[in-house]
Amino acid sequence: MAEQVLMLALSPTMEEGTIVTWHKKEGDSIAQSDILCEVETDKATMEYESVNEGTLLKILVSDGGQAKVGDPIAVVGEPGEDISGLDKAAERKAEPAAATAQPAAPEPAAPQPAAPQPAAPQPAAPQPAAPQVSAGQLKASPLARKMATEHGIDMRVLQGSGPAGRIVKRDIEKALRQVASRGPAEAVGIQGPAGPAFIPTAAGPTAKDERIPLSGKRKIIAQRLAESKFSAPHYYLRIDVDAGAMMAARQRLNARLPKDPVGKVSPNAFLIKFVAETLKKYPVVNSSWQGDAILRFGKIDIALAVAQEDGLITPVVRDCGAKGIVQIDRDLKLLIDKARNNKLTPEEYNGATFTISSLGTSGILEFTAIINPPGSAILAVGRIHNAPVAGEDGTISVRSQMILTLSCDHRVIDGAVGAAFLSDLKAFIEYPIDLLY
Amino acid sequence: MANYDYDLLVLGAGPGGYVAAIRASQLGMKAAVIEKDKPGGVCLNIGCIPSKALIHQAELMRCGKELEEIGVKVDASGLDYGKVLAFSRKAADTLSRGVGYLLKKNKIDLIGGQGVITSAHEIEVKGHGKVTGKNLLVATGSRPRSIPGFDFDEKTVLSSTAALMLEKLPKRVCVLGGGAIGVEFAHIMNAFGVEVHLVEMLDHLLPLEDEEAVEVLLRSFKKRGIKIYTSTKATGYKKSGKVVKISLEGKEGKQDLEVDQILLVVGRVPNTDGIGLESLGIKLEKGFVPVGDYYQTSVAGVYAIGDVVNSPMLAHVASKEGEITAEHLAGHQTPVKLDPNAIPGAVYCEPQLASFGYTEKAAKEAGLKFEKAVFPYRGAGKSVAIGKTEGLLKLLVEAETREILGAHVVGAEATELIHEILLAKTAELLPEDIAVMTHAHPTLSEGVMEMARMAEGWAIHV
Repeated sequence: MAEQVLMLALSPTMEEGTIVTWHKKEGDSIAQSDILCEVETDKATMEYESVNEGTLLKILVSDGGQAKVGDPIAVVGEPGEDISGLDKAAERKAEPAAATAQPAAPEPAAPQPAAPQPAAPQPAAPQPAAPQVSAGQLKASPLARKMATEHGIDMRVLQGSGPAGRIVKRDIEKALRQVASRGPAEAVGIQGPAGPAFIPTAAGPTAKDERIPLSGKRKIIAQRLAESKFSAPHYYLRIDVDAGAMMAARQRLNARLPKDPVGKVSPNAFLIKFVAETLKKYPVVNSSWQGDAILRFGKIDIALAVAQEDGLITPVVRDCGAKGIVQIDRDLKLLIDKARNNKLTPEEYNGATFTISSLGTSGILEFTAIINPPGSAILAVGRIHNAPVAGEDGTISVRSQMILTLSCDHRVIDGAVGAAFLSDLKAFIEYPIDLLY
Repeated sequence: MANYDYDLLVLGAGPGGYVAAIRASQLGMKAAVIEKDKPGGVCLNIGCIPSKALIHQAELMRCGKELEEIGVKVDASGLDYGKVLAFSRKAADTLSRGVGYLLKKNKIDLIGGQGVITSAHEIEVKGHGKVTGKNLLVATGSRPRSIPGFDFDEKTVLSSTAALMLEKLPKRVCVLGGGAIGVEFAHIMNAFGVEVHLVEMLDHLLPLEDEEAVEVLLRSFKKRGIKIYTSTKATGYKKSGKVVKISLEGKEGKQDLEVDQILLVVGRVPNTDGIGLESLGIKLEKGFVPVGDYYQTSVAGVYAIGDVVNSPMLAHVASKEGEITAEHLAGHQTPVKLDPNAIPGAVYCEPQLASFGYTEKAAKEAGLKFEKAVFPYRGAGKSVAIGKTEGLLKLLVEAETREILGAHVVGAEATELIHEILLAKTAELLPEDIAVMTHAHPTLSEGVMEMARMAEGWAIHV
């Protein structure tokens, strides 16, 4: 009995997905848990595992195409089955190429010869309809819940294989294996993000205008940043900071740490720590505008904006107030590595209470940044550079300077508070011993 | 497509075969079962059921001692073992007829006669002719295993089958084999006043069970005068007149033992010969039929379950495998293969012993990080009230995830108590879920709750 394969919500916020690559072609036999295709969701590229078994009879949405959650993307069944009525993709969905001036994507290849029958007769298994995951009615065993909590797995994105679709231990183990198998080494070969959407579909004169279909990620970035910039009244505070003490401390720390394969502690880890300590003093800055209330966060979760080939992402170091610089650095390296390989899970990039964006390594002296909700402030960090500085006694010396620009949401943080926060941050960076007072 | 007499043709009407046929029929398949003997197989006719009847009678005998403690004079001199046997046969016959009724109710044809597979879709039944099926299921079970020098003559050297049919008990018996069957027979015969010598080759009785649990059973057996010989081999026997002289070789050297009969219960061998498997080209592995996740053999359309495949030789395992096969054939997505750590084992002597999953030794050998909780029966008030304080409940829990790894219960009603813990295991509940559930007082099940609380560090009654 042939059935449609539907686009699933692979992350809690996903409404639509883009097929990056099909791993199976028409005519291939499919077992449960086989990777059918890679799907680019709003933030990451995820593998789509089959819940069906049979033969892939038709691909309805080809590479680069988009489908809303719940829309059919393929048909699976027995070779030779009549699939009329099932072989239509949802109507409003056009192939990306069709929206451009480029010729439509070629028709998928004719079905491959039928796969040989397995030795024992495998009756066509009636498949349960792909479950729609809703956060409210999550069925999971206590053991699965405990394991998910321990490993930080969002159970809403999982499909339960237990009785009546309950999420059980083996589902968590499978999710863990998937996370593990997405190590950097393997990810090198995939490079999903630079997917078809960015490859010009036809050769020819480049002088022509070209419409680039939006990737899911681009849409989200556009939506979120526009919403932030146009709804939160931003104002900006700028201060220059002497980074000499911080850089000297970093040098001392790195010299003392045992040679670690993960590398030296980065200046960003220092900055995150200084910001966290300053936020402890100014909980107002560690808050969120909620429309009818201001939410003061109980923990300090600081995100760092990380550039990706096709956008940016903000992995979050959790509970920075309770962590030391070395721990923050280790967390950060892990997250950045995942971010570059598009392998962050939603709970690793959502819900920052404060964000830092640094363009220092790109040579930028100073800039302003757009607040990353739900936080109310973002710190833009310029490059550390040598500059002449007039000392209090009037003498001029060359110092290691860095310009910080704080963007604040005026609904939450008034100017005086923002200024006091930034000035204390400067003091901590220049005289770290002050942290102990 | 060819026409077959049946969708599923089952060879063997034991607890694997008849359950598979009923499940198949429930799911809309036309099924038939071929059986050369009575429906119900070894389990109902010459295994589980009649032995439990005997154990019940044995327990009545032991209760006589309790009556004496309150001044009742019990005169056991009129014991007629023939009547004990009759009681057990009645239970077996009732249930066997019950299986016949169930088959009929589910419109399953019971074909009497010896069946031999002649092709992947055909079985030749002696005295009946050829029967065809779209799928075949081999569920022919097993038979008692003998060892060199101890061939079953069913007079001097008895199999479990003959032992269950005895009309008169011997005065002295040597039970060779300290597994579940041997331990149960030792218990029965001891209760009826037989002098019992129990011999096991390995270093402890019930070698697959947790040593700490077996220790409780061992103490009880020794107290009752059952002589136990572990790490001991029987090398041969001689019969002179009515006396059987059996030669044992143990850690302390050789010794001879004089008994009246020998009961040889050292396991069972699968019935995989003479049923036509070789004509299909199925290659046996150590006598067992190799099968896949859904018990499919290497030949399309031919399945095998129960004692003929290499899984624990237990009736409830065969039944479960039968269900899985039928559901698979009906196109159901059966959840998974049987989890070997979630199969209960039960030994029905007194005290009873029941368990599943890892033993402490196995968990150590597997390098697992685990914690154990051992709650004594006497901590549950009910056990004191009914005079069954000997026993313990033992739980092994993974140290971090708190997953239940195994449980071992020895004591009164252990074979019933195990299921609450096993349900927790299979539903992936954690010890805390059992610990916080209100249990009726006074019950032995409170011991299960306390064991779970102990694992969580807050048992009340210890």
